[in-house]
Amino acid sequence: MVFPYTRPMHNSVSGSATAVKDPVICVERLAKHYRVYDKPEGLAASVRSLFHRTSRVVEAVKGVDLEVGRGEFVALLGPNGAGKTTLLKLLSGIVTPSRGTARVLGHVPWERADDFRRRFALVMGQRNQLWWDLPAAESFRLHQEIYRIEPSRFEKIRDELVDLLGVRRLMLQPVRELSLGERMKLELVAALLHEPEVLFLDEPTIGLDVVAQHTIHEFLRDVQQRRRMTVILTTHYMKDVAALCERVVVITRGDVLYDGSLAEIVDRFTTHKIVTLDFDEAPDRSLIERFGFPCEFHGPQVVLRIDRSRIADVLPEVLASAGVRDVSVEDVPLEQIVAELFRADAREAAASMEAAS
Amino acid sequence: MSEAVARPAAAFQGLRTWWTMLAISLEERLVYRGDFALGTLMRFLPIVTQVFLWTAVFSATSRGEIAGYTRNDVIAYFLLTMLTRAFSSMPGLATGIARSVRDGSVKKFLIQPVDYVSFLLAARVAHKLVYYAVAALPFALVFFLCRGFFPPLPDVPTIAAFLLSLVLSFLLGFFMEATLGMLGFWFMEVSSIVFGYMLVQYLLSGHMFPIDLLRTVPVGIGGMTLADVVHWLPFEYTAYFSAAIWLGKVRGTDLVASLAIEAGWVVAMAIACRVAWWRGTRRYSAFGG
Repeated sequence: MVFPYTRPMHNSVSGSATAVKDPVICVERLAKHYRVYDKPEGLAASVRSLFHRTSRVVEAVKGVDLEVGRGEFVALLGPNGAGKTTLLKLLSGIVTPSRGTARVLGHVPWERADDFRRRFALVMGQRNQLWWDLPAAESFRLHQEIYRIEPSRFEKIRDELVDLLGVRRLMLQPVRELSLGERMKLELVAALLHEPEVLFLDEPTIGLDVVAQHTIHEFLRDVQQRRRMTVILTTHYMKDVAALCERVVVITRGDVLYDGSLAEIVDRFTTHKIVTLDFDEAPDRSLIERFGFPCEFHGPQVVLRIDRSRIADVLPEVLASAGVRDVSVEDVPLEQIVAELFRADAREAAASMEAAS
Repeated sequence: MSEAVARPAAAFQGLRTWWTMLAISLEERLVYRGDFALGTLMRFLPIVTQVFLWTAVFSATSRGEIAGYTRNDVIAYFLLTMLTRAFSSMPGLATGIARSVRDGSVKKFLIQPVDYVSFLLAARVAHKLVYYAVAALPFALVFFLCRGFFPPLPDVPTIAAFLLSLVLSFLLGFFMEATLGMLGFWFMEVSSIVFGYMLVQYLLSGHMFPIDLLRTVPVGIGGMTLADVVHWLPFEYTAYFSAAIWLGKVRGTDLVASLAIEAGWVVAMAIACRVAWWRGTRRYSAFGG
């Protein structure tokens, strides 16, 4: 067991330990599995598969418990194929579950009541709800009708949103002429026009440059806070998480591996700090190595990984080494923590599979 | 009380939404006006070959008429079916629906509070309106040049029945193709099904020859002919029927009964389309979207 404390945590989610105030999303033992057909390689096999197909059941989501309160901004993390998107599809009613229950804003999502559909939005990274050949302003107008937004309110909200993202000019240009980042911004505007109480974002910053990512972060934070909107975000960019989310839910292989605050994840899963020392000139290796920590030498720069529990004792001693010009002490980057989390889980899965066979 | 007020209000809202969908679809179609204009002109080419073909057929036979059609009648008939087909044919509808299922863009209609079938209908009305705007002039010109082939103008009730049949043929064509497209929820690729449908449609709609020709083909059940069977199928109402009304081939109670059959098919196909959508989306959701 690599992270022994994660399992009990998962089991107690439906209990009072993680009870949230004013819950808008309640998910209990939600599971989705579907049958996939194996398509073997080669012509002969293809012909055989015309008569006999082999199938297996894929458990995309295995029994997730989750409760999200109004105004929470939750990051849903997990490696590719972990079940993040399936979970969002379940919550937005695109997919019906195999087992379990879910309520979003008091509705069962997959019943797809209009009353429910007027109160949430789903933005999928590369899929557009905007009309390709028309300016986004036209799609907005259609949304105004579909979502029954009062004309004066519609204009006020639209103007506010396009100004926040700086895309007022772009909404009059055919969507196909826009860049990916510009399109994404307009997609977000379209999704927020009807002031959804719940917003699902599936990799909203995928493929965007740093500036566009930053703009979108600012925008989402601003809108989310002002409207007290509940947001669930899936992403592979830890920048998104760090900028936006207090709460992180990690799912791997269809199961919740971790559910807690971002600060806690860093706290729990970082065992050491990264200490970077700058010397006047390349130092004597033995001088550094004698501390007994893993270290890397880059000319006059040395990077040490020091146990968190010992940093207070060790750091003065390290600094006392002759010729230290500058020092920085940093946490392990979030990317690394999460990558390690995924890797550890994959190792555990492999081990349990071996044990079973 | 409040509910009684709310219902017309909701209906009005629905109509407004539909109108906006129509307006936006119109704008979208206008983006491709060049393609449209070309497509319209292309439609006139087959009619020229039909005229030559039937002229040859008539000159080869000594008979003045075939199945009740003179040479002029036949040419008028094909011009009229061309007009009917401008209402009932739905290029790209079935394959478009199937594509939206395959590439996942149909999800939008599961998430947003908007009905896919109404949306498709609005888009198709827009498509047709743009087409008529572009095609009106060339159509008028062709009909003017060919006026000599036509019998004298029919009376007002016949014209009214003709117009009604055109509207019904639009709806019939729409719901038949939309239902076909919904099969995309069950099959990855519907183009071969659509091809099969087109073939049957081509033969039994009267697009290729007047259905009256089938009156001489017995089917062996109680003296019924193939034309009688086809009369109960939906296909002839997408081409033959309207032309036959104009040319005075269907009259009186026969006309009323035929219009009723057509309307019946419209209702049946609208229901089929709706059921296919419900079952299809249920399957889609179960399968994993």
